[in-house]
Amino acid sequence: MKKKEILVMCCHPGILATLTRLIEKSGEFTVTATATAEETVNRFSAGSFDLVLLGAGLAPEAEKELEGDLKKIKPETPVVYHFGGGSGLLFTEIQQGLNQG
Amino acid sequence: MAKSVLHKADTRSIADHGWLKSFQTFSFGGNYNPERIQFGALRVLNDDAIDGGTGFGEHPHDNMEIISIVLEGGLKHEDSMHNVAVIEPGEVQVMSAGTGIYHQEYNKEDQVPAKFLQIWLFPNQRNVTPRYQQERYDTTLMPNQFIQILSPDKDDAGVWIYQDAWFHIGKFEAGLQIDHPLKNAADGIYVFVIKGSIRVNGQDLEERDGFGLWEIDSLDITTLTEAEVLLMEVPMNY
Repeated sequence: MKKKEILVMCCHPGILATLTRLIEKSGEFTVTATATAEETVNRFSAGSFDLVLLGAGLAPEAEKELEGDLKKIKPETPVVYHFGGGSGLLFTEIQQGLNQG
Repeated sequence: MAKSVLHKADTRSIADHGWLKSFQTFSFGGNYNPERIQFGALRVLNDDAIDGGTGFGEHPHDNMEIISIVLEGGLKHEDSMHNVAVIEPGEVQVMSAGTGIYHQEYNKEDQVPAKFLQIWLFPNQRNVTPRYQQERYDTTLMPNQFIQILSPDKDDAGVWIYQDAWFHIGKFEAGLQIDHPLKNAADGIYVFVIKGSIRVNGQDLEERDGFGLWEIDSLDITTLTEAEVLLMEVPMNY
C-alpha cells in the first residue's frame, strides 16, 4: 500500500526532527519536512500531500496566512495544527486530519 | 439543559510499559478512541505511575499547557529553559510549551514509585514564549474546602496558564455537601475523583472516575466517604 505523504512544517529544528522521526517510524507515512513558510508553500505546490501538519514557531498571523496560502493552492488537502511537540497526541491528530480529507 | 459525560475509571485506556503504567482518560499515544479525544480544552488526563529509578528521558513539547500534580513520591524535572526542580505532593507544576521546549522528568527516588497526574490543555494562543512555574498549594489547603491551584491570571491564586481555565482541589470528610459555582457559565467542568466516593449533580463517582458537565451554573457535590477531588473548569469552545 502506498504510504501517505505528510508535509510537516515547524520552525523549531529539534521538534521538527522529532516529529519527522516519529511519523516515519510508524511505517505508514512519508514525511517532507520544512522549516519556513516559503519553503512549505514551494514544496506543497510541487508535491502531492495527503496532509499538512503545522508545528510550532510561526507567529499566529503568519500561521493563518500560511494556511490560507495552502488552501488557495489545494483546498482539499487538510491542514492540521499540531499540538504537543511530537507527543502522544501526534497520531490522533494525523488520523483526524486524514479523516477530514 | 445540563449535559454530561461519564468516564468510569475502568474504561480508561492502559499503557503498561513495565516501568510506567499510565491510565489515560483521553486518546493518547497508541490508544486512539474517537469518542475520547478531549473535554473542551482539556486534551490529556493521564494518571501515571513510574517505578523508582525510572522516568521520561528528554523529549519535546510545543503549543500545549502541561500541568503536573504529584500524588505520591516525587519527580525530578529538568528543561531546556534551565529549570531544575523536584515536584512533590502538594505542589502543582505548569509548563507553557509554546514555541517549543525539551524536558525530562524522573522519579526522584530509586526504589519508591511516583504517582502523578499529567494534564494537558490546549492553549488559547499558539507559539507563546515557553514558561515554567511551580507552586506549593498544600500550605493553604483548608479541610473541607476547595482551593484554587490554577487560573488564567498571573495575579490570582495558584499557577497560571495561557487558557481560560481554573483548577480547584480539596480534601473532604464524609457526609458533606459542597456547592461549587463555575467562573463562567459557558465553560464545562471536569470532576476527577483522586480518592474516595462522591456524588456530583446526582451521579455517583468512585476513585479515579471522571465526570464532565457543561451547560450548568454550579456543581452540587456530596461526599459519600472521605474524598480528595480535582475540579477542572475549561472552555468548551476555545
